Amino acid sequence: MASSDSSLELEPQEPVPSGSALRVRARARAARRATDTLDAWRSEGAARWLFIWPAVLLILVLSIFPLVASIALSLSRLAFHQGGVDLKFIGFANYQQLLFGLERTHFLGVLKSPNPIGWAIVIATVAFSALAWTRAARSGNVRLFGLLLRLVGGVLLVGFVWILVQALASDGGRPGALIVTLIFVFAGIVFQYALGLGLAMLLVQQVPWRRFFRIVFLIPLTITPVGVGYMFLMMTDTSKGPLEPIWVALGLRDFTWVTDPWLARLAVIIGDTWQWTPFVFIVLLAALESLDQEVREAALVDGAGRWQSFRHITMPAILPVTTTIVLIRLIEGFKIIDMPNILLGGGPGTATQSMTLQAYIDWNTLNLGRSAAIAYLLLILVSVVATVYVSFVRRRVTDLA
Amino acid sequence: MSRFRLVAAAIIPILVMTACTSSASPSPSSASASASTPASSSGASPSTAAASPGTKFAGVNVNILTFNGPQVAEPLQRRAPDWEKLTGGHVNVVAVGFQTIYDKALLDASTGTNAFDAYVFNPQWLGDFTGPGYLLDLTDRVNNDPQLDWQDIGPFFRDFNASYNGKVYTIPLDGDFHMVSYRKDILDKDGVKPPATWDDYLAVAQKYNGQDLNADGQPDYGSCIAKKKGAQSYWWIISVAGGLLQSKGTNEGAFFDTSNMNPLFGANEAMTKALETYAKTKDFGPPDELNMDVGGSRGLFTTGRCALTMDWGDIGTLVPGTYAQDKTGSTITPGWKQVLDRATGKLVACDPTTCPNMVDGVNYAPFASFGGWSGAINAKSPAANQDAAYDFLSYMSSPAISGIDVTLGKTGYNPYRTSHFNNIQPWLDAGLSQAAAENYLGAIKASLTNANMVLDLRIPQTKRYEQDVLDTALAQYLAGELDAAGAEQAIADGWNAITDEVGRDQQLAAYVASLGVQR
Repeated sequence: MASSDSSLELEPQEPVPSGSALRVRARARAARRATDTLDAWRSEGAARWLFIWPAVLLILVLSIFPLVASIALSLSRLAFHQGGVDLKFIGFANYQQLLFGLERTHFLGVLKSPNPIGWAIVIATVAFSALAWTRAARSGNVRLFGLLLRLVGGVLLVGFVWILVQALASDGGRPGALIVTLIFVFAGIVFQYALGLGLAMLLVQQVPWRRFFRIVFLIPLTITPVGVGYMFLMMTDTSKGPLEPIWVALGLRDFTWVTDPWLARLAVIIGDTWQWTPFVFIVLLAALESLDQEVREAALVDGAGRWQSFRHITMPAILPVTTTIVLIRLIEGFKIIDMPNILLGGGPGTATQSMTLQAYIDWNTLNLGRSAAIAYLLLILVSVVATVYVSFVRRRVTDLA
Repeated sequence: MSRFRLVAAAIIPILVMTACTSSASPSPSSASASASTPASSSGASPSTAAASPGTKFAGVNVNILTFNGPQVAEPLQRRAPDWEKLTGGHVNVVAVGFQTIYDKALLDASTGTNAFDAYVFNPQWLGDFTGPGYLLDLTDRVNNDPQLDWQDIGPFFRDFNASYNGKVYTIPLDGDFHMVSYRKDILDKDGVKPPATWDDYLAVAQKYNGQDLNADGQPDYGSCIAKKKGAQSYWWIISVAGGLLQSKGTNEGAFFDTSNMNPLFGANEAMTKALETYAKTKDFGPPDELNMDVGGSRGLFTTGRCALTMDWGDIGTLVPGTYAQDKTGSTITPGWKQVLDRATGKLVACDPTTCPNMVDGVNYAPFASFGGWSGAINAKSPAANQDAAYDFLSYMSSPAISGIDVTLGKTGYNPYRTSHFNNIQPWLDAGLSQAAAENYLGAIKASLTNANMVLDLRIPQTKRYEQDVLDTALAQYLAGELDAAGAEQAIADGWNAITDEVGRDQQLAAYVASLGVQR
């Protein structure tokens, strides 16, 4: 570490040397300089250059540059000219189209005045936000900047809930790609976590064939999402799919998943859950197997029931892992495209059209600007949701620790 | 804690954006990895394939982008080895999904990537490719190519599929018209005539819906029409609406008013009637028809489960060897006895003035949907590759080769040459009976020679007009998200927005020019 400082060290006082002694000392100094240079290269600063910068450069080229280029793309329109293509700057027209213009009903949905339940939800959200902000202000622990951030967060939350209830809790309202994506994300995570935890709890026991089931449960994770999409396309086909005899035997010959928007969304959520539950399962299984069994056994000896043991020992112990899994699935879930695209083409109507699918449709018609604008709005949404989630659960994990 | 937030705030956007880019942004270069299929198998081929090995294009590797059907790519892959033996060249067929051909081809040509020497694609997109000069002008080549026999290709296909602004840019490999296929055995037995109007269509569909049509003891369907979003649905509504919107000949146009480029697919009684009729066919179809593409409807028809279906000519070549063999009839797309008065937006009865081309009081308007798969050559490819690509496309379209391919259901190609219609033997060899072949070719001829044929849209940004705006609004209407008025408004608003974005005068000129085809 301090090798570069060695030149500052004082040399011991010596009598005036002879010529041969001078040559020997010169050689020694040269050798020391070489060693110092090598040490300098071995120093932390050089190591930083060597080990960090390649990675930083890679991220700059592969992630940051596309990120910045996408901003330019989202503010422009493709213009083909003789022998080539240009980007024509159009300002925020793509964003305007999505949030206030022609594409508003596809992106945000059809927004109508909320019904009584909707109003109750809005009022409750406003009250909750105001209460939380007031408590934070009174506590004296939050600085002015923090209070401002909380205020902005509260306004965003109320605004978002306002859009949500106008689409879902109103007469004649309909969700657009934004809300459909959120439905897929949150419903998917709930089902995937509940099933994954249940399976992990089951297979952490000494049940017969546990090794076999561990492998079997992982199979969906190894299949490409496009393959899963086609598989569910065949299975949900009640008129000519491989499960047609079963549908007929159950008296469901005329049943279809595809004419009702909520049934169609359910089909997508089932397919997505089938594919991603194994991921949650395998991580939770590892977490459960690493738990100290003595604590649990001690609790049981002290008279704790199974539920109490699960609630107060197991869950807190796997909470950090849970936090990570949910965050990963949250970010991944927002990009859902294969299942709604292959299973239903985003239909019926636009009932299963996620934000990524809407961006993909625009890309297919080379409306790259609007496609990039959707991607950026998705980026903002994911960033806000994930940051709120991280700060929310981080506090609880810290409290538990 | 704060560092954790900072790191999370920095990482999350990067993760999202990177992954989003990878999922929503297929790049031209990724095409080569997506479905690059070296031509490997050789099927039946005419005598030219037996010629001695040639060296004309030795060492030249031709990359062709097309649809992964598996139809459309199939004949290219099957025939390539024969061509390679004749010329010494090599063909690499890169097959991708239908939705991505347009963006891959246009980005490849416009960005100068030039990963592909040729594109076998939808001729409706020529407006986007020819203006900026991305395609090679083939006019001289086709007129001096004995192998191709240009004059044998039907005038309509030479014009609509191949030409733009007077120059030839593609070699047709396919000819497309919508028509109605029906269960001839059942209708003949009951003395029911094939539907002449869309009202007849609904009546026949209703009559047979719920009956057992293939003797398996299960109820079947009166009508099967693919209605899946992001598939072929938007072409069918054009077929249904065509006869209500256009009556005075092909040059009148069915999509826009040729005086001001205002959409005819907007708020008017004709469009309302067409939407309602199209939606009504759903009542006599399979329960999941809203999620069915042509693969599904063809499967149901060929297994005898549908009395009626609307499709391209593919049904005729798919029925040999299936339950529907020798039980299938084909007829021109049904028409209407009313037509739109463009001045008032109301429907008026057909008479010799309002419908000068009507037959027995019915205004037929057969729809030349899509046009047919056609091969174009990248203007920036090396000259040797352009020559080889041209030679391969010419070989594929030559009478001897295409004469067999259009009779095979697995190719997805339908007849487009005079010789295809005149030489009936290949059709018999493919498994059609004499009567079935004559009936099938007769229905196509009737469409092809109809003076009121509706041309598909073929102006810049056609894909956005049809596959984005029209398809979405139609899907929303069929799913009940929009009523007829809402769907009409959504189509008109969306189309006007694209027209204004590109330039109304420019689009109007392109549309009017596209209507001046020969038949």
